[in-house]
Amino acid sequence: MNEAGYRRERLDRGIKVRTDDIFALSSYREILYLTLPRLAAIAALLVFPLLKGVTGIYWQNVVLTACTIALLALSWDLLHSVGLVSLGQAIFFGAGAYATGFFSQHFGWPPLVTIPLATAVGAIFCTVLLYPVLRLRGIYFALITFAMPLLLTRVIEATKILGGNVGMSGLPPLSDTPLDLYLIITVMLICVFGFRRLFDTDYGLVLKAIRENDRSVMAAGFDLQWYRTQAVFIAAIPGAFAGAFLTHYYQFAGLPAFSIEYSILPLASAIVGGPGSFSGVALGAFMLVPLSEALRSFGNLRVVIYSIVVVVFIVILPEGVFNYLQRKYYQIERLVPMEEGGNGQRANIAGS
Amino acid sequence: MWVAPPLKGGSNKIMGSDALIYSVLIYGLVNGAVIMLTSLGFSLTFGLSGVANLAHGGIYLLSGCLAWILLNTLGLPFLPAAVITMVLAGLLGAGVYWLVLQRVRGLALSEMIVTFTIGIGILEFLRWAGFVTYDFNLPVIIKGSLTIAGVIVDYQRLLVIGVGVLIAVLLWFFSHHTKIGLALRGMAQDEYTALSVGIDSDWAAALSMALGHMIVAMAAIMILPLGLISINVGYDVLTMVLAVTILGGLESTAGLTLASLILGYATAATGMYLNPQWTQVVYLAAIVLVLALRPSGLLGKFKELEERV
Repeated sequence: MNEAGYRRERLDRGIKVRTDDIFALSSYREILYLTLPRLAAIAALLVFPLLKGVTGIYWQNVVLTACTIALLALSWDLLHSVGLVSLGQAIFFGAGAYATGFFSQHFGWPPLVTIPLATAVGAIFCTVLLYPVLRLRGIYFALITFAMPLLLTRVIEATKILGGNVGMSGLPPLSDTPLDLYLIITVMLICVFGFRRLFDTDYGLVLKAIRENDRSVMAAGFDLQWYRTQAVFIAAIPGAFAGAFLTHYYQFAGLPAFSIEYSILPLASAIVGGPGSFSGVALGAFMLVPLSEALRSFGNLRVVIYSIVVVVFIVILPEGVFNYLQRKYYQIERLVPMEEGGNGQRANIAGS
Repeated sequence: MWVAPPLKGGSNKIMGSDALIYSVLIYGLVNGAVIMLTSLGFSLTFGLSGVANLAHGGIYLLSGCLAWILLNTLGLPFLPAAVITMVLAGLLGAGVYWLVLQRVRGLALSEMIVTFTIGIGILEFLRWAGFVTYDFNLPVIIKGSLTIAGVIVDYQRLLVIGVGVLIAVLLWFFSHHTKIGLALRGMAQDEYTALSVGIDSDWAAALSMALGHMIVAMAAIMILPLGLISINVGYDVLTMVLAVTILGGLESTAGLTLASLILGYATAATGMYLNPQWTQVVYLAAIVLVLALRPSGLLGKFKELEERV
């Protein structure tokens, strides 16, 4: 199409404007417009475990892995929303994995006890570990989170604690696949919608403001470091849970829990899905994990592919797939003719 | 990264305590020089353009592999191979800036994510391509060794010390007493003011990336002959650089030197008295201690206010 003399205009769809305000819902069409996307996603996730006969155990496993990565990606996105970039999500994962491994191997407690306990202990451990860095902003947090999994690996190798190089195997398994799957799907959905809700509260506004302008948050009388600490703790919870859950699922806790894949795959999911939108981040995980399964034969080259995907998305579609689709769902785009002397006009529109 | 001296933790029973102290003193200096040379590139790029180039470890290892290919597959003599490697690394730095970083410039978080993923991509690509076996090591530049106070030091390690000091002095001169260096530092301090006096921001950043990469390539060619080319080296380099920058404070040449020496001696001492595996723990301890006690680094003043918020 010849675009000379035209400009692109984006307008909210009428139905979007009408459904924006919950009091104005007046027809099934509007209610569906508002709720169908999320209800369809939830329903698909809840029905999936029942279709074991149709999909086979392999795809059940893929969805389970996707949920785990989605949890780690949600944790990444929460930190990102507070202005902290984590380059080592594996630290949360590994902390949860090792905590649950320790509890079940040394005390022989069942998974129903160790998973919640390991989630709490792992989250506290990570928060304490990262606490000194939270006095600084900028690249320090990212650098530390990047180094932590590597360093913890070395510490475990050097001290030979917690199984050393060998790890801890023979841990008690979880119950049954559909129930396992339901557990992690439920936790993931709670995190997606819970985090969204959290960021709509006043508390969430403070967290968001830390990212936008930390000095004004200080000026408003909030204790910056304390809020960041809380954010790290909240973000560590789903990460540690994912680690604890997968440890019992595989019945093994060891150094692979700190591997680079658990750092880069959540990061890639968040970037592809759309950082800042918790649903999008989960969507990213559900796009990348099956891709990763399909590429299993490539071995280490998979990590290279994730890297390329991340770089391409940051350069070409920085808003992510979810935000792009949401924009298409909410808005129409059309070409309108430009008025005479359009340069100033154009600048105005571009700037607005 | 641990550049192993010819004795291990277990052998200290055989040696006298004097010889052990001398070897800690000398190898501490060697380790300090290795650490400094490795982190100079990162520090330079960050100090001059504010880009935290987390692809550092990847570039370090890539340069080593590149030099290996030039030397062994193409059969070039050492000097041309080294020069070509450095030029290629520099071009890669400028290329990464033009292709990718320029588009996310100013978004510090995105810059970091991009360089990080590029670094991981390079490292994992090298792992996939198979540069992990014992076949891959670079030749030393000068063979032979000499004995200082009963401790055997080979010439390559002495050369690393010499080159490290030389590069540090040259860089200090470049960034404080040449027009280009001053322009680059101006850019780092206040981009808008620098723009208004006619310094091209993109050009400056691309140049600083290229320079940083060239120094990393040089460090790789100098240091990698001391050990093997392995993927873990690439990850360890980043940990090391991180410890140095946090200990010394960002954008402070004196702080960088001091931090390198402290870490060099600390790693040498732990390597001799405990076990080489513990050296990584030294970095961790250094990072945590400095962040808890003196978050702007030992000598960091310049970015103190901004970074401490």
